[in-house]
Amino acid sequence: MSTDTNLAPAMPSGEQARIPLSQRLSGLGGNARQYGIFAALIVIILLFQGLTDGRLLKPDNVVSLFQQNAYVMVLAIGMVMVIVAGHIDLSVGSVVALVGGIVALSITDWGLPWWVAVLLGVAIGAVVGAWQGFWIAYVGIPAFIVTLAGMLIFRGLALVVVSQTIRVNDDNFNSIVSGSLPNFLGFSGDMDVVTLVIGALTIAAFAIAQFRARMQLRKHDLHVEALGLFIAKLVGVAVAVGFLSVLLSLSAGGMPIILVIVGVLIVAYTFLMGRTVFGRHIYAVGGNRPAASLSGVRTKRVDFMIFVNIGALAGVAAIITTARGGAAVAAAGQNFELDAIAACFIGGAAVTGGIGRISGAIVGALIMGVLNMGLSIMSVDPSWQQAIKGLVLLFAVAFDLINKRRAGTS
Amino acid sequence: MDTTAGPGAAAPGNTAGPQDAVDATGSDHILEMRGITKRFPGVLALSDVNLSVRRGEIHAICGENGAGKSTLMKVLSGVYPHGSYDGDIVFEGRTAEFKSTRDSEHVGIVIIHQELALSPFLSIAENIFLGNERAARGVIDWNHTNSEAAKLLARVGLDERPDTRIIDIGVGKQQLVEIAKALSKEVKLLILDEPTAALNDEDSAHLLGLISGLRDLGITSIIISHKLNEIEAIADTTTVIRDGQTIETLDMRDPGVNEERIIRGMVGRSLDHRFPEHTPSIGDEVLRIEDWTVHHPLDQSRKVVDGASLNVRRGEIVGIAGLMGAGRTELAMSVFGRSYGAHISGRVYKDGKQVNLHTVGDAIKAGIAYATEDRKHYGLNLIATIRDNVSGAAIHKVSGRGVIDRNEELKVAERFRKELNIRTPTVEALVGKLSGGNQQKVVLSKWIFSDPDVLILDEPTRGIDVGAKYEIYTIINRLADAGKGVIVISSELPELLGICDRIYTLSQGRITGEVARQDATQERLMHYMTMEKDVTPR
Repeated sequence: MSTDTNLAPAMPSGEQARIPLSQRLSGLGGNARQYGIFAALIVIILLFQGLTDGRLLKPDNVVSLFQQNAYVMVLAIGMVMVIVAGHIDLSVGSVVALVGGIVALSITDWGLPWWVAVLLGVAIGAVVGAWQGFWIAYVGIPAFIVTLAGMLIFRGLALVVVSQTIRVNDDNFNSIVSGSLPNFLGFSGDMDVVTLVIGALTIAAFAIAQFRARMQLRKHDLHVEALGLFIAKLVGVAVAVGFLSVLLSLSAGGMPIILVIVGVLIVAYTFLMGRTVFGRHIYAVGGNRPAASLSGVRTKRVDFMIFVNIGALAGVAAIITTARGGAAVAAAGQNFELDAIAACFIGGAAVTGGIGRISGAIVGALIMGVLNMGLSIMSVDPSWQQAIKGLVLLFAVAFDLINKRRAGTS
Repeated sequence: MDTTAGPGAAAPGNTAGPQDAVDATGSDHILEMRGITKRFPGVLALSDVNLSVRRGEIHAICGENGAGKSTLMKVLSGVYPHGSYDGDIVFEGRTAEFKSTRDSEHVGIVIIHQELALSPFLSIAENIFLGNERAARGVIDWNHTNSEAAKLLARVGLDERPDTRIIDIGVGKQQLVEIAKALSKEVKLLILDEPTAALNDEDSAHLLGLISGLRDLGITSIIISHKLNEIEAIADTTTVIRDGQTIETLDMRDPGVNEERIIRGMVGRSLDHRFPEHTPSIGDEVLRIEDWTVHHPLDQSRKVVDGASLNVRRGEIVGIAGLMGAGRTELAMSVFGRSYGAHISGRVYKDGKQVNLHTVGDAIKAGIAYATEDRKHYGLNLIATIRDNVSGAAIHKVSGRGVIDRNEELKVAERFRKELNIRTPTVEALVGKLSGGNQQKVVLSKWIFSDPDVLILDEPTRGIDVGAKYEIYTIINRLADAGKGVIVISSELPELLGICDRIYTLSQGRITGEVARQDATQERLMHYMTMEKDVTPR
């Protein structure tokens, strides 16, 4: 990529000569890091694909990978926003148990239609988030303490609500996780056409968005990534998404509904964080709170809203968890907060706030998920699985830190 | 360069310090610093500085902000270890080569910094003996600790129990704890850096009385202070430092030495062409502040701004001069949407109409911008891009319905990069990687983009090299020419004299003077800046 200097017409040529290459490359610093996580995910997938004799990427295993890890991805979306703002949320696991219990009750005992129960779950999650956001933003109690208290409070309430396992016998509700999109377009060979179409559309949308962004940069004479790198990125994504679509289309049901839901959330929240004023304010608050405040950002409101948001997403995760099990139990959501937090940090979020991406958190969640599934297929003792995941978290963050330090001193 | 200095001021190389040392017998001096030169990357902080302190005296060091006083004391106390500077330190007749503050404390030199170094949740006694615990085999002897502490507290006149926590006593009493801690180490030379800057009048008087009392016990003190009235009241000798050089050493018993005389030494330097030419075209009043009073947010009995009134007109550049701790930043920030202080009272008029600015958002909407003196902590998001920062205070101008138009945002950032000559390969670079001057340009871009009518620029050229300063001055002039009112807060008097049309002086939170450009001299400003309520040591 270093040969591609003519594609950086940001500066008059005289001035360009004075800018050291390292500095010019650092213009894509964030991106370079991002590529690193994707690369790590691919390496881990290939590793386990080898170790499991190809069982990891069997179509039905891929589907269950998403079904099993959908909750982490949903929670990680909310958690990365909380972490970027410089907070933490330890309560999401307990919130999942409480909301899951209420949702199950509302269907079985109160006889609510499944979709009303879903809306109710998200709403209760948001109310719980508002409760915590109030103490954090407006009373000024550190989020660690408020959500630690929340972890106890909501687990306790969940035990009250769910005194015994509540079975949910609503097929519509349960198919949120287990179901697939109807394959109304038929099959091409063994492959479900709906899945392939969705895959193709995703690739096209990604390519168009990237291309437009690049054109925009060029139009303003701004530094763009080297053409080779850009094309490599497009091809890489196209191959990855294409491959995934083919795998999914070969699965028993085709396109899992849960993947569609998670995908929509990812796109929506990536837009929120990257393109909206609210998202910008989250980064500003996390990057330098006093400076944000002195720039007119209503920092307390931002704090409040991100906790309402993660509450609502915990509601979504509760629905997913309950639907997946077909039942609500008081012990649901155990350690979910730790999974979500780990996903964020593996995905490159900074403990000190201000840095972190939705895409990073999702990839972090997938790394953990692949690790889980791979180790399970290899029938590694669950105790060891946990220890290995811990080490991966530690090494991922250490690697990041060392990289950063090296970049800082150069 | 000493065109305005009086006859007493010698050329910098030929200072009074060493001559003193020759006159008096060497043994009379507890401390001699000879030819101290200290370089930081790109800056000569101290250049051949000489300082002689007689045994048992109170020796004041005076100089403008940034003259090099604190650097000199850091060299003396070993904060900058031996080898990182040139020159000799002779303490009690022996050449000293301190590697750390531990070494200097070992021989009896104790420095009390402006920011007190006490642990807030430990008791007074624990703090006094921190690192020096009264213990046997690692087990602390609490009776011994507390009784020793009580004796030391009696010596400094602090009527508190030794087991009181530091956080529960005021900053004046904390200062006394620092002195008690110094006494516990059998201090011979006590260095106090701006000891009264954060104190109210009563506490200041008590502290000065205590320092005088220590002199009677044979303890030598070096006191760094901006408060010339205090220096006049207690110092025996004063050394003036300017631009990293010793200018003169004054005997305070000499009837010819008074505040005016010290001021002349502090500011005696000529103005060269470091400022762009500017002919102001001044219009109507754009901002007026009346009877503005602000209390300290923690110590609410203390007024940090006291009945200040000032105004600025369109096209006018108004300066606010004041020494450290005079309340300049506090005044500006409290006006800027009450972002500082408690119990704020007074009135603000924008274009003749009274406005209530309760939040920063209100202030920005009213057309006021405040660029902080501390850009790293309060001005910029260093881990974000130039583009993010430039649009930070007026994101609504590049967004619709909460969605940012990145195209537009980029255009804006690019425009400012070019107009303000921000030297960077791309506006997508992180602000933390820019030089100080370029960071300051990003701060200015951010506030110019918010399109204010009044810009309050707090130390706009702090930590910036000369070339970038000139660029900043040019930007300030352009803003004024565009019909904006500009308020510049600065510690550098030549800067204010060079760019302002009118200058207010602030001292202890009060406006003590208002001087038009043609009438302003450094001496006159310094006179007003040091005009204070009378204090008498007790």
